[in-house]
Amino acid sequence: MSTEIAPGEPIRVLLAKPTHDCHDRGVRLVAKKMRDAGFEVIFMNFLLPEEVIRAALDEDVHVVGISTSSGGHLPLFGDLLAGLAAHGRDDAVVIGGGVIPPDDEKTLRSWGVEAIFGPGTNAEQAIAMIKRRLATVSS
Amino acid sequence: MLAAVYGRTGKAHVVGVTGPPGAGKSTLVNALIGEHRRAGLSVAVVAVDPSSPYGGGAILGDRIRMSDHALDDEVFVRSVASRGQLGGLSSATARVVDVLDGFGFNSVIVETVGAGQAEISIMHLAQTVIFVAAPGFGDETQAVKAGVLEIADIFVLNKADHPMAKKADRSLHEALPASSGGGWRQPIISTVAIDNTGVSELFAKVREHWAQLDPSECARAATVRAQQQLAAAVAELASAYVSEEPDFESLAKQVLSGQLSLKSAAEEAFHVIASRTRPVE
Repeated sequence: MSTEIAPGEPIRVLLAKPTHDCHDRGVRLVAKKMRDAGFEVIFMNFLLPEEVIRAALDEDVHVVGISTSSGGHLPLFGDLLAGLAAHGRDDAVVIGGGVIPPDDEKTLRSWGVEAIFGPGTNAEQAIAMIKRRLATVSS
Repeated sequence: MLAAVYGRTGKAHVVGVTGPPGAGKSTLVNALIGEHRRAGLSVAVVAVDPSSPYGGGAILGDRIRMSDHALDDEVFVRSVASRGQLGGLSSATARVVDVLDGFGFNSVIVETVGAGQAEISIMHLAQTVIFVAAPGFGDETQAVKAGVLEIADIFVLNKADHPMAKKADRSLHEALPASSGGGWRQPIISTVAIDNTGVSELFAKVREHWAQLDPSECARAATVRAQQQLAAAVAELASAYVSEEPDFESLAKQVLSGQLSLKSAAEEAFHVIASRTRPVE
């Protein structure tokens, strides 16, 4: 599977936090809102980048969302993007959330992270972005 | 892809794991994956979680409890949303199991959505059905209700370190069907899945149950299952046809006004479909 979505097929999203980052209130809320928006959310906590990659491959997700609030996001997203590409899944939409400084956000976006939802944004914005993005792909 | 898979199926041991929500099914499956791996067996898991009846979305959280084997290439875990299907499985589950079986996994474990009494569709899919209970889920009256208790081959009382475990164990023993019909006696195994207590004993029983199954009986069951899948696929086709074809609106109106019973209208619709569609070559 890829980000091609058949009509009526639910959008599948993997949401995860990196290993040591226990700030998971936000991502739990996002998971619920995404469920209510009709997404199928594979919810994972506290994973190594290679575990995120493996889960994304096994589950054929369209979107991988990583919430990180404890630094270390640059190597994390770097490994994730490289791993997805190595397995032919660079079509997956990768987004981020949590606390990521503006300069790092620029770097991540230049690497291919499609959006960062930091403080002041909300789950609805992320949902709208995903729907818009995947609608463009599938049409 | 499915066409390539059929013809290769029937080799994997399909194990169903069912029981009420919160009994510890996912944690037990995680522990069972470990036992399979120690025995040198590859294992695939299909974990079904419920879809919302409103938005159709789902949070698939079973995988989170199966992370001990996250990077093992001989272990594959796939989360599946029930997508409106009753019975503890989704309509795609059987096909997912066939793919994993055909792919060559030694065992395929299917974890149903939290189920308790009537959700017996797992019986048609799995050769060995494990029912997981935990202390504090209903009294003796709950436990003696027929249904899922009768289709289980192995009972697990998980969370056996709980203060109420003794009482639960007694009710489970009392609730068991007096005779299981065949030669297999349904065992009750106490486990504490979170620290692996009792899990190797459970795994031994799972393998033992599989070993004593009659291969011709398994082949017959596979045929029955294929026929059920065919029936479900036909129903899906017919349902789409009747929903989309405007001609059926008048039949629907006759049902609504009481002129025609639903059954007669359905038979009428069936004849219409049969007369319009050419048989498949």
